[in-house]
Amino acid sequence: MLTDSDYSAIRLTLELAGLTTALLLVIGTPIAWWLARTRCWWKAPVSAVVTLPLVLPPTVLGFYLLVAMGPNGFLGQFSHALGLGNLPFTFPGLVFASVLYSMPFVVQPLQNAFNAIGDRPLEVAATLRASPLDTFFSVVVPLARPGFITAAILSFAHTVGEFGVVLMIGGNIEGKTRVVSVQIYNHVEAMEYAEAHWLAGGMLAFSFLVLLAVNFFNPQGKRVSP
Amino acid sequence: MASEHIPAIDARFRLAYPGFSLDVDIKLPGRGVSALFGPSGSGKTTLLRCLAGLERTPDGYLALGGEIWQQGPAFVPTHRRPLGYVFQEASLFPHLSVRRNLEYGLRRIADGARRVSLDSAIELLGIGHLLERIPDRLSGGERQRVAIARALAVSPRILLMDEPLAALDLARKQEILPYLERLHDELEIPLVYVSHSPDEVARLADYMVLMEGGKAVASGPIHEMLTRLDLPLAHGDEAGVVIDTTVGEHDEIYHLTRLDFAGGGISVARQPYALEHHVRLRIPARDISLALERHGDSSILNVLPASVVEIADETPAHVMVRLDAGGVPLLARITRKSSALLGLKPGMAIFAQVKSVALLS
Repeated sequence: MLTDSDYSAIRLTLELAGLTTALLLVIGTPIAWWLARTRCWWKAPVSAVVTLPLVLPPTVLGFYLLVAMGPNGFLGQFSHALGLGNLPFTFPGLVFASVLYSMPFVVQPLQNAFNAIGDRPLEVAATLRASPLDTFFSVVVPLARPGFITAAILSFAHTVGEFGVVLMIGGNIEGKTRVVSVQIYNHVEAMEYAEAHWLAGGMLAFSFLVLLAVNFFNPQGKRVSP
Repeated sequence: MASEHIPAIDARFRLAYPGFSLDVDIKLPGRGVSALFGPSGSGKTTLLRCLAGLERTPDGYLALGGEIWQQGPAFVPTHRRPLGYVFQEASLFPHLSVRRNLEYGLRRIADGARRVSLDSAIELLGIGHLLERIPDRLSGGERQRVAIARALAVSPRILLMDEPLAALDLARKQEILPYLERLHDELEIPLVYVSHSPDEVARLADYMVLMEGGKAVASGPIHEMLTRLDLPLAHGDEAGVVIDTTVGEHDEIYHLTRLDFAGGGISVARQPYALEHHVRLRIPARDISLALERHGDSSILNVLPASVVEIADETPAHVMVRLDAGGVPLLARITRKSSALLGLKPGMAIFAQVKSVALLS
Protein backbone atom coordinates (compact mmCIF):
# COMPACT_ATOMS: atom_id res chain seq x y z
CA MET A 1 0.00 0.00 0.00
CA LEU A 2 0.93 3.65 -0.03
CA THR A 3 3.51 4.92 2.41
CA ASP A 4 3.59 8.32 4.16
CA SER A 5 6.23 9.36 1.72
CA ASP A 6 3.88 8.40 -1.15
CA TYR A 7 1.06 10.47 0.33
CA SER A 8 3.38 13.41 0.72
CA ALA A 9 4.37 13.11 -2.95
CA ILE A 10 0.72 12.93 -4.02
CA ARG A 11 -0.17 16.01 -1.95
CA LEU A 12 2.76 17.93 -3.32
CA THR A 13 1.90 16.93 -6.89
CA LEU A 14 -1.70 18.06 -6.52
CA GLU A 15 -0.59 21.37 -4.99
CA LEU A 16 1.90 21.94 -7.76
CA ALA A 17 -0.60 21.09 -10.51
CA GLY A 18 -3.40 23.14 -8.95
CA LEU A 19 -1.27 26.22 -8.42
CA THR A 20 0.30 25.93 -11.87
CA THR A 21 -3.11 25.62 -13.52
CA ALA A 22 -4.51 28.62 -11.65
CA LEU A 23 -1.50 30.75 -12.57
CA LEU A 24 -1.57 29.58 -16.16
CA LEU A 25 -5.23 30.47 -16.64
CA VAL A 26 -4.41 33.99 -15.47
CA ILE A 27 -1.21 34.33 -17.50
CA GLY A 28 -2.18 32.24 -20.53
CA THR A 29 -5.55 33.89 -21.21
CA PRO A 30 -4.20 37.31 -22.23
CA ILE A 31 -1.40 35.65 -24.22
CA ALA A 32 -3.89 33.41 -26.06
CA TRP A 33 -6.22 36.37 -26.65
CA TRP A 34 -3.39 38.44 -28.06
CA LEU A 35 -2.24 35.58 -30.30
CA ALA A 36 -5.80 35.02 -31.54
CA ARG A 37 -6.46 38.69 -32.31
CA THR A 38 -3.19 40.24 -33.41
CA ARG A 39 -2.01 40.66 -36.98
CA CYS A 40 1.35 41.88 -35.78
CA TRP A 41 4.46 40.30 -37.38
CA TRP A 42 5.90 39.01 -34.13
CA LYS A 43 2.88 36.85 -33.50
CA ALA A 44 4.74 33.92 -35.14
CA PRO A 45 7.90 34.13 -32.98
CA VAL A 46 5.87 34.58 -29.79
CA SER A 47 3.69 31.64 -30.72
CA ALA A 48 6.79 29.52 -31.39
CA VAL A 49 8.33 30.41 -28.03
CA VAL A 50 5.11 29.56 -26.18
CA THR A 51 4.94 26.24 -28.01
CA LEU A 52 8.61 25.31 -27.48
CA PRO A 53 8.06 23.19 -24.33
CA LEU A 54 5.91 20.92 -26.48
CA VAL A 55 8.87 19.75 -28.55
CA LEU A 56 11.84 20.47 -26.30
CA PRO A 57 13.19 17.57 -24.19
CA PRO A 58 12.22 18.40 -20.59
CA THR A 59 15.86 18.00 -19.56
CA VAL A 60 16.85 20.77 -21.97
CA LEU A 61 14.22 23.13 -20.56
CA GLY A 62 15.24 22.07 -17.04
CA PHE A 63 18.89 22.63 -17.76
CA TYR A 64 18.41 26.18 -19.01
CA LEU A 65 16.08 26.98 -16.16
CA LEU A 66 18.64 25.66 -13.68
CA VAL A 67 21.28 27.91 -15.19
CA ALA A 68 18.98 30.92 -15.32
CA MET A 69 17.82 30.36 -11.76
CA GLY A 70 21.34 30.04 -10.48
CA PRO A 71 22.95 32.84 -8.46
CA ASN A 72 24.43 34.30 -11.64
CA GLY A 73 21.44 33.70 -13.90
CA PHE A 74 19.00 36.48 -14.67
CA LEU A 75 16.11 34.66 -12.99
CA GLY A 76 18.23 34.03 -9.91
CA GLN A 77 19.22 37.67 -9.62
CA PHE A 78 15.64 38.69 -10.19
CA SER A 79 14.30 36.37 -7.49
CA HIS A 80 16.94 37.59 -5.06
CA ALA A 81 16.07 41.20 -5.86
CA LEU A 82 12.44 40.37 -5.09
CA GLY A 83 13.52 38.74 -1.85
CA LEU A 84 12.31 35.30 -2.92
CA GLY A 85 15.72 33.75 -2.41
CA ASN A 86 16.91 30.75 -4.35
CA LEU A 87 14.57 29.10 -6.82
CA PRO A 88 16.31 25.80 -7.62
CA PHE A 89 15.35 22.93 -5.34
CA THR A 90 12.38 24.84 -3.92
CA PHE A 91 8.64 24.57 -4.45
CA PRO A 92 8.34 28.11 -5.95
CA GLY A 93 11.04 27.14 -8.43
CA LEU A 94 9.01 24.08 -9.39
CA VAL A 95 5.90 26.19 -9.87
CA PHE A 96 7.79 28.61 -12.07
CA ALA A 97 9.18 25.80 -14.22
CA SER A 98 5.79 24.08 -14.45
CA VAL A 99 4.13 27.26 -15.63
CA LEU A 100 6.58 27.47 -18.53
CA TYR A 101 6.44 23.75 -19.19
CA SER A 102 2.62 23.54 -19.34
CA MET A 103 2.06 26.90 -21.05
CA PRO A 104 1.29 25.50 -24.52
CA PHE A 105 -1.38 23.23 -23.05
CA VAL A 106 -3.29 26.30 -21.87
CA VAL A 107 -2.52 28.75 -24.65
CA GLN A 108 -3.36 26.48 -27.57
CA PRO A 109 -6.87 25.39 -26.57
CA LEU A 110 -7.69 28.94 -25.54
CA GLN A 111 -6.33 30.40 -28.75
CA ASN A 112 -8.35 27.91 -30.78
CA ALA A 113 -11.48 28.71 -28.80
CA PHE A 114 -10.96 32.47 -29.25
CA ASN A 115 -10.34 32.03 -32.97
CA ALA A 116 -13.53 30.02 -33.34
CA ILE A 117 -15.59 32.86 -31.88
CA GLY A 118 -14.59 35.20 -34.71
CA ASP A 119 -15.16 38.93 -34.98
CA ARG A 120 -18.93 39.03 -35.23
CA PRO A 121 -19.95 38.49 -31.57
CA LEU A 122 -17.42 41.16 -30.56
CA GLU A 123 -18.88 43.61 -33.06
CA VAL A 124 -22.41 42.82 -31.93
CA ALA A 125 -21.41 43.46 -28.32
CA ALA A 126 -19.81 46.77 -29.29
CA THR A 127 -23.03 47.89 -31.00
CA LEU A 128 -24.83 46.96 -27.76
CA ARG A 129 -22.64 49.32 -25.72
CA ALA A 130 -20.26 46.75 -24.25
CA SER A 131 -16.68 47.97 -23.83
CA PRO A 132 -13.92 45.58 -24.97
CA LEU A 133 -13.26 44.37 -21.40
CA ASP A 134 -16.98 43.96 -20.74
CA THR A 135 -17.28 42.03 -24.02
CA PHE A 136 -14.44 39.75 -23.01
CA PHE A 137 -16.12 38.68 -19.80
CA SER A 138 -19.75 38.72 -20.95
CA VAL A 139 -19.33 37.18 -24.41
CA VAL A 140 -15.88 35.73 -25.02
CA VAL A 141 -15.45 33.81 -21.76
CA PRO A 142 -18.86 32.10 -21.90
CA LEU A 143 -18.47 31.26 -25.58
CA ALA A 144 -14.94 29.93 -25.01
CA ARG A 145 -15.94 27.89 -21.96
CA PRO A 146 -15.07 24.49 -23.48
CA GLY A 147 -11.65 25.93 -24.33
CA PHE A 148 -11.10 27.04 -20.73
CA ILE A 149 -12.13 23.65 -19.36
CA THR A 150 -9.86 21.81 -21.79
CA ALA A 151 -7.00 24.17 -20.98
CA ALA A 152 -7.42 23.65 -17.24
CA ILE A 153 -7.64 19.86 -17.50
CA LEU A 154 -4.67 19.55 -19.85
CA SER A 155 -2.50 21.89 -17.82
CA PHE A 156 -3.30 20.06 -14.58
CA ALA A 157 -2.67 16.65 -16.11
CA HIS A 158 0.49 17.67 -17.86
CA THR A 159 1.94 19.16 -14.69
CA VAL A 160 1.08 16.00 -12.75
CA GLY A 161 3.03 13.99 -15.30
CA GLU A 162 6.09 16.24 -15.22
CA PHE A 163 9.35 14.37 -14.54
CA GLY A 164 12.41 15.60 -16.39
CA VAL A 165 12.08 19.26 -15.53
CA VAL A 166 11.41 18.48 -11.86
CA LEU A 167 14.46 16.27 -11.61
CA MET A 168 16.68 18.90 -13.22
CA ILE A 169 15.67 21.88 -11.08
CA GLY A 170 13.81 20.42 -8.13
CA GLY A 171 15.69 17.31 -7.33
CA ASN A 172 14.20 14.81 -5.04
CA ILE A 173 13.57 16.47 -1.69
CA GLU A 174 10.77 14.80 0.22
CA GLY A 175 7.92 17.16 1.12
CA LYS A 176 9.43 19.97 -0.90
CA THR A 177 10.04 18.87 -4.45
CA ARG A 178 9.44 15.15 -4.61
CA VAL A 179 6.38 14.64 -6.82
CA VAL A 180 4.65 11.37 -7.76
CA SER A 181 6.58 10.75 -10.95
CA VAL A 182 9.87 11.10 -9.09
CA GLN A 183 8.55 8.92 -6.26
CA ILE A 184 7.77 6.14 -8.76
CA TYR A 185 11.30 6.44 -10.08
CA ASN A 186 12.63 6.12 -6.50
CA HIS A 187 10.54 3.01 -5.86
CA VAL A 188 11.80 1.36 -9.02
CA GLU A 189 15.41 2.28 -8.21
CA ALA A 190 14.90 0.63 -4.80
CA MET A 191 13.29 -2.43 -6.44
CA GLU A 192 9.99 -1.66 -4.59
CA TYR A 193 7.82 -2.78 -7.51
CA ALA A 194 4.65 -3.25 -5.43
CA GLU A 195 4.74 0.39 -4.27
CA ALA A 196 5.59 1.55 -7.79
CA HIS A 197 2.56 -0.37 -9.05
CA TRP A 198 0.18 1.45 -6.74
CA LEU A 199 1.38 4.88 -7.81
CA ALA A 200 1.82 4.04 -11.50
CA GLY A 201 -1.62 2.41 -11.65
CA GLY A 202 -3.11 5.49 -10.01
CA MET A 203 -1.46 7.72 -12.61
CA LEU A 204 -2.73 5.48 -15.41
CA ALA A 205 -6.30 5.70 -14.16
CA PHE A 206 -5.94 9.43 -13.62
CA SER A 207 -4.64 10.02 -17.14
CA PHE A 208 -7.43 7.95 -18.65
CA LEU A 209 -10.06 9.93 -16.74
CA VAL A 210 -8.48 13.18 -17.87
CA LEU A 211 -8.69 12.27 -21.53
CA LEU A 212 -12.25 11.09 -21.02
CA ALA A 213 -13.10 14.44 -19.46
CA VAL A 214 -11.51 16.38 -22.33
CA ASN A 215 -13.59 14.40 -24.80
CA PHE A 216 -16.68 15.00 -22.76
CA PHE A 217 -16.23 18.78 -22.81
CA ASN A 218 -15.24 18.89 -26.47
CA PRO A 219 -17.56 16.45 -28.20
CA GLN A 220 -16.92 15.81 -31.87
CA GLY A 221 -19.37 17.48 -34.23
CA LYS A 222 -20.01 20.36 -31.91
CA ARG A 223 -23.31 22.16 -32.26
CA VAL A 224 -22.96 25.09 -34.58
CA SER A 225 -24.72 28.22 -33.50
CA PRO A 226 -25.48 30.98 -35.96
CA MET B 1 -43.89 59.95 -44.78
CA ALA B 2 -42.54 62.66 -47.03
CA SER B 3 -38.79 62.94 -46.75
CA GLU B 4 -37.86 66.05 -44.89
CA HIS B 5 -34.52 67.59 -45.61
CA ILE B 6 -32.88 67.81 -42.24
CA PRO B 7 -29.28 66.86 -42.97
CA ALA B 8 -28.84 65.00 -39.70
CA ILE B 9 -26.08 62.70 -40.81
CA ASP B 10 -23.03 64.17 -42.41
CA ALA B 11 -20.37 61.66 -43.41
CA ARG B 12 -17.13 61.65 -45.35
CA PHE B 13 -15.06 58.52 -45.57
CA ARG B 14 -12.14 57.45 -47.68
CA LEU B 15 -10.70 53.97 -47.44
CA ALA B 16 -8.45 51.90 -49.70
CA TYR B 17 -7.97 48.16 -49.50
CA PRO B 18 -6.28 46.14 -52.20
CA GLY B 19 -8.93 45.77 -54.88
CA PHE B 20 -11.47 47.97 -53.14
CA SER B 21 -11.78 51.61 -52.28
CA LEU B 22 -14.46 53.70 -50.65
CA ASP B 23 -14.75 57.40 -51.25
CA VAL B 24 -18.01 58.96 -50.12
CA ASP B 25 -19.29 62.30 -48.94
CA ILE B 26 -22.96 62.08 -48.10
CA LYS B 27 -25.65 63.80 -46.10
CA LEU B 28 -28.67 61.82 -44.96
CA PRO B 29 -31.96 63.11 -43.53
CA GLY B 30 -32.62 62.93 -39.81
CA ARG B 31 -35.89 61.03 -40.19
CA GLY B 32 -37.21 58.13 -42.19
CA VAL B 33 -35.41 55.34 -43.98
CA SER B 34 -32.33 56.07 -46.05
CA ALA B 35 -31.40 53.19 -48.33
CA LEU B 36 -27.83 52.54 -49.36
CA PHE B 37 -28.54 50.81 -52.64
CA GLY B 38 -26.21 49.22 -55.16
CA PRO B 39 -24.77 45.95 -56.44
CA SER B 40 -22.66 43.76 -54.17
CA GLY B 41 -19.12 45.06 -53.86
CA SER B 42 -20.27 48.66 -54.29
CA GLY B 43 -19.28 49.56 -50.74
CA LYS B 44 -22.70 49.74 -49.08
CA THR B 45 -21.81 47.54 -46.14
CA THR B 46 -18.40 49.14 -45.72
CA LEU B 47 -20.06 52.55 -45.59
CA LEU B 48 -22.52 51.30 -42.98
CA ARG B 49 -19.65 49.86 -40.93
CA CYS B 50 -17.88 53.22 -41.14
CA LEU B 51 -21.03 54.90 -39.81
CA ALA B 52 -21.05 52.45 -36.91
CA GLY B 53 -17.35 52.84 -36.21
CA LEU B 54 -16.76 49.13 -36.85
CA GLU B 55 -14.46 50.19 -39.67
CA ARG B 56 -12.07 53.00 -38.97
CA THR B 57 -10.98 55.25 -41.82
CA PRO B 58 -7.82 57.32 -41.33
CA ASP B 59 -9.27 60.79 -41.75
CA GLY B 60 -13.00 60.43 -42.02
CA TYR B 61 -15.64 62.77 -40.74
CA LEU B 62 -18.97 61.84 -39.20
CA ALA B 63 -21.52 63.97 -37.43
CA LEU B 64 -24.95 62.91 -36.27
CA GLY B 65 -27.40 65.65 -35.40
CA GLY B 66 -24.57 68.08 -34.77
CA GLU B 67 -22.66 65.67 -32.54
CA ILE B 68 -19.29 64.70 -33.96
CA TRP B 69 -18.45 60.99 -33.87
CA GLN B 70 -15.34 61.13 -35.99
CA GLN B 71 -13.09 63.96 -37.06
CA GLY B 72 -9.42 63.55 -37.84
CA PRO B 73 -7.83 61.55 -35.03
CA ALA B 74 -10.89 61.97 -32.77
CA PHE B 75 -12.93 58.79 -32.96
CA VAL B 76 -15.83 57.74 -30.76
CA PRO B 77 -15.56 53.93 -30.45
CA THR B 78 -18.60 51.90 -31.45
CA HIS B 79 -19.59 51.04 -27.89
CA ARG B 80 -19.91 54.74 -27.00
CA ARG B 81 -22.09 55.58 -30.02
CA PRO B 82 -25.85 55.63 -29.37
CA LEU B 83 -26.68 53.46 -32.36
CA GLY B 84 -28.45 50.21 -33.09
CA TYR B 85 -27.01 47.82 -35.64
CA VAL B 86 -28.66 44.83 -37.29
CA PHE B 87 -26.29 42.49 -39.09
CA GLN B 88 -27.09 40.41 -42.14
CA GLU B 89 -27.08 37.26 -40.03
CA ALA B 90 -28.98 37.76 -36.80
CA SER B 91 -25.83 37.05 -34.75
CA LEU B 92 -27.68 36.45 -31.52
CA PHE B 93 -25.50 35.42 -28.59
CA PRO B 94 -25.90 31.63 -28.56
CA HIS B 95 -25.19 31.37 -24.83
CA LEU B 96 -28.07 33.64 -23.86
CA SER B 97 -31.84 33.18 -24.05
CA VAL B 98 -33.87 35.50 -26.24
CA ARG B 99 -34.74 37.57 -23.17
CA ARG B 100 -31.11 37.84 -22.09
CA ASN B 101 -30.12 38.77 -25.62
CA LEU B 102 -32.66 41.59 -25.56
CA GLU B 103 -31.49 42.74 -22.15
CA TYR B 104 -27.80 42.65 -23.05
CA GLY B 105 -27.72 46.13 -24.55
CA LEU B 106 -30.52 47.48 -22.39
CA ARG B 107 -28.53 46.84 -19.19
CA ARG B 108 -25.61 48.77 -20.55
CA ILE B 109 -27.30 52.11 -21.14
CA ALA B 110 -28.02 54.70 -18.50
CA ASP B 111 -31.57 54.76 -17.12
CA GLY B 112 -31.99 58.31 -18.37
CA ALA B 113 -31.15 57.24 -21.92
CA ARG B 114 -33.96 54.66 -22.06
CA ARG B 115 -36.53 55.97 -24.47
CA VAL B 116 -37.62 52.62 -25.90
CA SER B 117 -38.97 50.17 -23.36
CA LEU B 118 -38.15 46.50 -23.74
CA ASP B 119 -41.86 45.78 -23.83
CA SER B 120 -42.50 48.10 -26.73
CA ALA B 121 -39.59 46.62 -28.70
CA ILE B 122 -40.93 43.12 -28.00
CA GLU B 123 -44.41 44.19 -29.02
CA LEU B 124 -43.24 45.99 -32.16
CA LEU B 125 -41.45 42.88 -33.44
CA GLY B 126 -44.01 40.38 -32.20
CA ILE B 127 -41.58 38.19 -30.26
CA GLY B 128 -43.31 38.01 -26.89
CA HIS B 129 -43.79 34.24 -27.18
CA LEU B 130 -40.09 33.57 -27.84
CA LEU B 131 -38.51 35.16 -24.77
CA GLU B 132 -37.48 32.01 -22.90
CA ARG B 133 -36.14 30.18 -25.94
CA ILE B 134 -32.50 29.86 -26.88
CA PRO B 135 -31.46 31.27 -30.27
CA ASP B 136 -30.68 27.78 -31.63
CA ARG B 137 -34.36 26.93 -31.47
CA LEU B 138 -35.60 29.89 -33.51
CA SER B 139 -36.34 30.09 -37.22
CA GLY B 140 -34.27 32.45 -39.35
CA GLY B 141 -37.06 35.00 -39.45
CA GLU B 142 -37.62 34.87 -35.70
CA ARG B 143 -33.92 35.29 -35.05
CA GLN B 144 -33.76 38.38 -37.22
CA ARG B 145 -36.78 39.87 -35.46
CA VAL B 146 -35.09 39.31 -32.10
CA ALA B 147 -31.93 40.94 -33.45
CA ILE B 148 -33.91 44.00 -34.55
CA ALA B 149 -35.66 44.24 -31.17
CA ARG B 150 -32.30 43.86 -29.42
CA ALA B 151 -30.92 46.79 -31.44
CA LEU B 152 -33.99 48.91 -30.66
CA ALA B 153 -33.82 48.14 -26.94
CA VAL B 154 -30.71 50.31 -26.53
CA SER B 155 -32.81 53.34 -27.52
CA PRO B 156 -30.54 54.21 -30.42
CA ARG B 157 -30.47 57.63 -32.00
CA ILE B 158 -29.89 55.94 -35.34
CA LEU B 159 -30.64 52.41 -36.51
CA LEU B 160 -28.27 50.83 -39.03
CA MET B 161 -29.39 47.72 -40.87
CA ASP B 162 -27.14 45.67 -43.13
CA GLU B 163 -29.36 43.70 -45.54
CA PRO B 164 -31.36 42.19 -42.69
CA LEU B 165 -33.42 40.15 -45.16
CA ALA B 166 -30.67 38.95 -47.49
CA ALA B 167 -29.99 35.71 -45.63
CA LEU B 168 -33.68 34.76 -45.56
CA ASP B 169 -35.88 32.93 -48.04
CA LEU B 170 -38.85 34.60 -49.68
CA ALA B 171 -41.39 33.43 -47.10
CA ARG B 172 -39.24 34.71 -44.22
CA LYS B 173 -38.77 38.03 -46.03
CA GLN B 174 -42.53 38.41 -46.30
CA GLU B 175 -42.72 37.63 -42.59
CA ILE B 176 -40.30 40.41 -41.64
CA LEU B 177 -41.18 43.16 -44.11
CA PRO B 178 -44.37 44.20 -42.29
CA TYR B 179 -42.31 44.67 -39.12
CA LEU B 180 -39.80 46.80 -40.97
CA GLU B 181 -42.66 48.89 -42.32
CA ARG B 182 -43.88 49.37 -38.78
CA LEU B 183 -40.42 50.57 -37.82
CA HIS B 184 -40.57 52.99 -40.70
CA ASP B 185 -43.92 54.34 -39.56
CA GLU B 186 -43.35 54.39 -35.82
CA LEU B 187 -39.70 55.22 -35.25
CA GLU B 188 -38.68 58.79 -34.66
CA ILE B 189 -35.05 58.09 -35.47
CA PRO B 190 -33.28 57.84 -38.82
CA LEU B 191 -32.80 54.35 -40.19
CA VAL B 192 -30.01 53.56 -42.64
CA TYR B 193 -30.80 50.43 -44.60
CA VAL B 194 -28.36 48.60 -46.86
CA SER B 195 -30.01 46.67 -49.67
CA HIS B 196 -29.50 45.45 -53.18
CA SER B 197 -33.18 44.60 -53.61
CA PRO B 198 -35.18 47.22 -55.58
CA ASP B 199 -38.36 45.82 -54.06
CA GLU B 200 -37.25 46.35 -50.46
CA VAL B 201 -36.05 49.84 -51.28
CA ALA B 202 -39.33 50.72 -53.00
CA ARG B 203 -41.26 49.51 -49.96
CA LEU B 204 -39.17 51.04 -47.21
CA ALA B 205 -36.98 53.90 -48.32
CA ASP B 206 -37.70 57.61 -48.18
CA TYR B 207 -34.24 58.62 -49.21
CA MET B 208 -31.75 56.78 -51.31
CA VAL B 209 -28.02 56.73 -51.90
CA LEU B 210 -26.99 54.95 -55.07
CA MET B 211 -23.63 53.26 -54.57
CA GLU B 212 -21.30 52.02 -57.26
CA GLY B 213 -17.62 51.10 -57.16
CA GLY B 214 -17.15 52.48 -53.66
CA LYS B 215 -18.71 55.83 -54.52
CA ALA B 216 -22.04 57.45 -53.82
CA VAL B 217 -23.08 58.05 -57.42
CA ALA B 218 -26.26 59.94 -56.59
CA SER B 219 -28.55 60.55 -53.65
CA GLY B 220 -31.91 62.13 -53.02
CA PRO B 221 -35.51 61.48 -51.98
CA ILE B 222 -36.69 58.15 -53.34
CA HIS B 223 -39.33 59.72 -55.61
CA GLU B 224 -36.69 61.75 -57.34
CA MET B 225 -34.11 59.00 -57.49
CA LEU B 226 -36.47 56.53 -59.13
CA THR B 227 -37.46 59.05 -61.80
CA ARG B 228 -34.13 60.66 -62.63
CA LEU B 229 -33.65 59.72 -66.25
CA ASP B 230 -29.87 60.14 -65.96
CA LEU B 231 -29.76 57.21 -63.48
CA PRO B 232 -30.12 53.52 -64.36
CA LEU B 233 -32.98 53.14 -61.84
CA ALA B 234 -35.39 54.99 -64.14
CA HIS B 235 -34.77 52.62 -67.01
CA GLY B 236 -35.62 49.07 -67.91
CA ASP B 237 -38.65 46.90 -67.53
CA GLU B 238 -38.80 47.29 -63.75
CA ALA B 239 -38.65 51.09 -63.67
CA GLY B 240 -41.48 52.81 -61.88
CA VAL B 241 -42.37 55.36 -59.25
CA VAL B 242 -43.19 55.11 -55.59
CA ILE B 243 -45.90 57.40 -54.28
CA ASP B 244 -46.87 58.03 -50.68
CA THR B 245 -50.61 58.50 -50.37
CA THR B 246 -53.24 58.73 -47.69
CA VAL B 247 -56.62 57.03 -47.69
CA GLY B 248 -59.07 59.75 -48.82
CA GLU B 249 -62.39 58.01 -49.23
CA HIS B 250 -64.05 54.61 -49.28
CA ASP B 251 -66.65 53.98 -51.98
CA GLU B 252 -68.94 51.32 -50.52
CA ILE B 253 -71.12 51.01 -53.63
CA TYR B 254 -68.34 50.02 -56.01
CA HIS B 255 -66.06 48.74 -53.29
CA LEU B 256 -63.20 51.09 -53.97
CA THR B 257 -60.79 53.12 -51.88
CA ARG B 258 -59.42 56.42 -53.09
CA LEU B 259 -55.82 57.15 -52.23
CA ASP B 260 -54.86 60.81 -52.38
CA PHE B 261 -51.54 62.46 -53.10
CA ALA B 262 -50.49 65.87 -54.39
CA GLY B 263 -51.03 64.81 -58.00
CA GLY B 264 -54.61 63.63 -57.55
CA GLY B 265 -56.44 60.52 -56.43
CA ILE B 266 -56.01 56.88 -57.33
CA SER B 267 -58.81 54.40 -56.85
CA VAL B 268 -57.99 50.85 -55.88
CA ALA B 269 -60.06 47.92 -54.68
CA ARG B 270 -61.55 48.55 -51.19
CA GLN B 271 -58.80 48.53 -48.54
CA PRO B 272 -59.30 47.78 -44.86
CA TYR B 273 -57.52 50.94 -43.73
CA ALA B 274 -58.99 53.89 -41.87
CA LEU B 275 -59.17 57.31 -43.48
CA GLU B 276 -55.86 59.21 -43.38
CA HIS B 277 -53.95 55.94 -43.18
CA HIS B 278 -50.65 56.12 -44.98
CA VAL B 279 -50.30 53.82 -48.02
CA ARG B 280 -47.36 53.55 -50.35
CA LEU B 281 -48.00 52.73 -53.99
CA ARG B 282 -45.76 51.63 -56.75
CA ILE B 283 -46.71 52.43 -60.33
CA PRO B 284 -44.61 50.64 -62.95
CA ALA B 285 -43.60 52.86 -65.86
CA ARG B 286 -44.93 50.29 -68.32
CA ASP B 287 -48.39 50.56 -66.75
CA ILE B 288 -48.86 54.25 -67.48
CA SER B 289 -50.09 55.21 -70.90
CA LEU B 290 -50.52 58.77 -72.13
CA ALA B 291 -53.43 60.57 -73.79
CA LEU B 292 -53.91 64.12 -74.99
CA GLU B 293 -57.48 64.24 -73.70
CA ARG B 294 -59.34 62.74 -70.80
CA HIS B 295 -61.31 59.90 -72.38
CA GLY B 296 -64.68 59.06 -70.94
CA ASP B 297 -64.91 55.97 -73.04
CA SER B 298 -62.15 53.91 -71.48
CA SER B 299 -62.17 51.29 -68.74
CA ILE B 300 -59.20 52.96 -67.14
CA LEU B 301 -60.36 54.56 -63.91
CA ASN B 302 -57.27 56.41 -62.82
CA VAL B 303 -56.38 59.31 -65.06
CA LEU B 304 -54.06 61.99 -63.73
CA PRO B 305 -53.48 65.37 -65.32
CA ALA B 306 -49.75 65.91 -65.72
CA SER B 307 -47.16 67.67 -67.81
CA VAL B 308 -44.24 66.24 -69.75
CA VAL B 309 -40.89 67.08 -68.16
CA GLU B 310 -38.36 65.07 -70.08
CA ILE B 311 -38.19 62.33 -72.69
CA ALA B 312 -35.28 59.86 -72.81
CA ASP B 313 -34.40 57.02 -75.14
CA GLU B 314 -35.06 53.62 -73.73
CA THR B 315 -34.87 50.90 -76.41
CA PRO B 316 -35.01 51.36 -80.18
CA ALA B 317 -38.75 50.85 -79.79
CA HIS B 318 -39.39 52.66 -76.48
CA VAL B 319 -38.94 55.99 -74.79
CA MET B 320 -39.18 56.82 -71.07
CA VAL B 321 -41.24 59.92 -70.32
CA ARG B 322 -40.89 61.74 -67.05
CA LEU B 323 -44.07 63.52 -66.01
CA ASP B 324 -45.01 65.93 -63.29
CA ALA B 325 -48.37 65.45 -61.61
CA GLY B 326 -48.93 68.23 -59.09
CA GLY B 327 -45.25 68.23 -58.18
CA VAL B 328 -45.02 64.44 -57.97
CA PRO B 329 -42.85 62.82 -60.64
CA LEU B 330 -44.25 59.91 -62.65
CA LEU B 331 -42.64 57.70 -65.28
CA ALA B 332 -44.32 56.39 -68.42
CA ARG B 333 -42.67 53.88 -70.70
CA ILE B 334 -44.31 54.15 -74.13
CA THR B 335 -43.34 53.25 -77.68
CA ARG B 336 -41.35 55.68 -79.73
CA LYS B 337 -44.14 55.59 -82.28
CA SER B 338 -46.77 56.70 -79.74
CA SER B 339 -44.52 59.50 -78.63
CA ALA B 340 -44.20 60.72 -82.20
CA LEU B 341 -47.94 60.38 -82.91
CA LEU B 342 -48.80 62.39 -79.77
CA GLY B 343 -46.05 64.89 -80.60
CA LEU B 344 -44.73 64.77 -77.03
CA LYS B 345 -42.55 67.70 -76.02
CA PRO B 346 -41.36 68.93 -72.63
CA GLY B 347 -43.89 71.27 -71.10
CA MET B 348 -46.88 69.66 -72.81
CA ALA B 349 -50.03 69.05 -70.77
CA ILE B 350 -51.11 65.45 -70.90
CA PHE B 351 -53.23 62.82 -69.16
CA ALA B 352 -51.52 59.85 -67.54
CA GLN B 353 -53.71 56.74 -67.60
CA VAL B 354 -52.73 54.38 -64.83
CA LYS B 355 -53.41 50.78 -65.76
CA SER B 356 -52.26 49.16 -62.52
CA VAL B 357 -50.76 50.01 -59.19
CA ALA B 358 -49.13 47.87 -56.53
CA LEU B 359 -49.87 48.58 -52.88
CA LEU B 360 -46.63 48.32 -50.93
CA SER B 361 -48.03 48.60 -47.44
